[in-house]
Amino acid sequence: MSAADGVVVQAEAALLTLHEVTKTFGGLTAVNGVSFAVEEGAVVGLIGPNGAGKTTVFNLITGNYQPNQGDIHFAGQRLNGLPTHRIIMRGIARTFQNIRLFQQLTVLENALAGCHYRMSGGILAGMLWLPTQRRVEKQAVERAMQELSFVGLGQQTLTVAKNLSYGDQRRLEIARALSTQPRLLILDEPAGGMNEQETEALIGLIEQIRVRGITILLIEHDMRLVMRACEKLVVLEHGGKIAEGSPEQVRADPRVIEAYLGTEDEV
Amino acid sequence: MKPRFDWIGAGLFAALLAAAPLFLNAYQVDVLNSIGLYALLALGLNLILGEAGLFNMGHAAFYAMGAYTAAILNTRYQIPILWTLPLSGLVAGVFALVVARPVVHLRGDYLLIVTIGVGEIVRIALVNDVFGITGGANGIFGISRPKLFGYVIRRPEDFFYLIWGFVALTIFLFLRLKRSRFGRALNYLREDEVAAEGSGINTAYYKLAVFGLGAAWAGMAGTLFAAKMTIISPESFSFWESVVLFMIVILGGAGSIPGVLLAAFLVVGLPEVFREFAGARMLVFGLVMMVMMVVRPQGLWPARGHQGLWLSGLARAVGR
Repeated sequence: MSAADGVVVQAEAALLTLHEVTKTFGGLTAVNGVSFAVEEGAVVGLIGPNGAGKTTVFNLITGNYQPNQGDIHFAGQRLNGLPTHRIIMRGIARTFQNIRLFQQLTVLENALAGCHYRMSGGILAGMLWLPTQRRVEKQAVERAMQELSFVGLGQQTLTVAKNLSYGDQRRLEIARALSTQPRLLILDEPAGGMNEQETEALIGLIEQIRVRGITILLIEHDMRLVMRACEKLVVLEHGGKIAEGSPEQVRADPRVIEAYLGTEDEV
Repeated sequence: MKPRFDWIGAGLFAALLAAAPLFLNAYQVDVLNSIGLYALLALGLNLILGEAGLFNMGHAAFYAMGAYTAAILNTRYQIPILWTLPLSGLVAGVFALVVARPVVHLRGDYLLIVTIGVGEIVRIALVNDVFGITGGANGIFGISRPKLFGYVIRRPEDFFYLIWGFVALTIFLFLRLKRSRFGRALNYLREDEVAAEGSGINTAYYKLAVFGLGAAWAGMAGTLFAAKMTIISPESFSFWESVVLFMIVILGGAGSIPGVLLAAFLVVGLPEVFREFAGARMLVFGLVMMVMMVVRPQGLWPARGHQGLWLSGLARAVGR
């Protein structure tokens, strides 16, 4: 396993690399010297038991937390110290474990949030509603509508987000993230709370996103999804990485079976 | 269609209001002027509190900055009072940026307390005659009457058209702003800051920008106030003024322009109507507030909260 690690970290095609990343909260070490790489075009799964530090890793990548040690590089540039919105502007988009939509706003407005940073127009342009602003708005609406149709919400653009079904809310989050036109999409438990059919549709959607050339890193507890959608898995336990490799390799790894799959299967 | 009805209603209201000075006496027109000034202030605060969800209970500080800027420029440098309008707005806006910069990341309740502090500091600084230019507790008097195209604005009816003209312009601009990219960013902030930042929106920038904009409007309202009164003193910018403005926005319906107007009429106008009840009127007023918040927490005229109808037009234009 360790030899494989070295190769992966040094891989030149890697879009995202984490190198010896550590994050502590007071006395608790949530993430402990974790290194892994995500190659361009891949679908990578980050798995592990509850409390293993998966979401913390996501929050470190998107700048919601700053690592105490270690480096995070995206497309050759160091992300450490950048505020979240700047990281998003570099081409990373994400969804949240406990769905964070703009509840009172419409589906379309939610998707437009992702278009925001590529648009122009401030206070004056808004107040005077200049022709350029009108054009910019139209283009953004067009872009947002495309992404909404892509995830299958094209018919519900004017529904208020909180009135959507759970699965649709998850899909809307993905549409909002895609509206930022990312190179890397980070999904935090995208199948959480979904029924079997919805999960099945989600696997299809992930595949479609991958076909568009967008790299995906996801956290997921649904092993069926993980084994089918991901070509590489990174396994965390107690904040440290215990395994990395293809789904088959990981499934056969005794430490993974002991730490994670074994207990999960019984549940 | 509902939007058309909205416009008919707004048109009728505007026509009625525009004709009001013809059948009201000077005192009643003066009450309408007060309502107009509060409406102007509350519309600015509504951007901060209603659209962006930032708790600001120190709005009177920005109002004072504008009024004093206008008064000082006018009395010391003989600059015509209406010419000071942009500068008053600028001073109040920049002041807001400076004080908001270090505190704007604070969560709602903490920000509320900080803004109360800012309001008090400004008021006390004015009382203590900072830099020897604010006239202390007596304030500044002898502010000259505004002139517009050679016409001296003097009577309450004149001020009525000046103030409400500015209110109308404000509504026109803010309605557009509300449904622009900028307005949406404010709503994202209010709904979920983490998600907004996670969608690539520079939340710190928008918080500062909206504070600056709301304060600039308060500053310009301050100029109109100084022009109307010809004398200003710190007591006009007390904590109570900030509270009243906060109340107008919440009572009317945070984020709702018609709601804010309606609440300005009720909060400023009703105590005048019930003046004969003297001492009891504030008691009644307080009780009405309490009942309102229990029975109708979303406000008298709640905002739709989203740009739905407006965007539906755009979406149709895009085709689908």
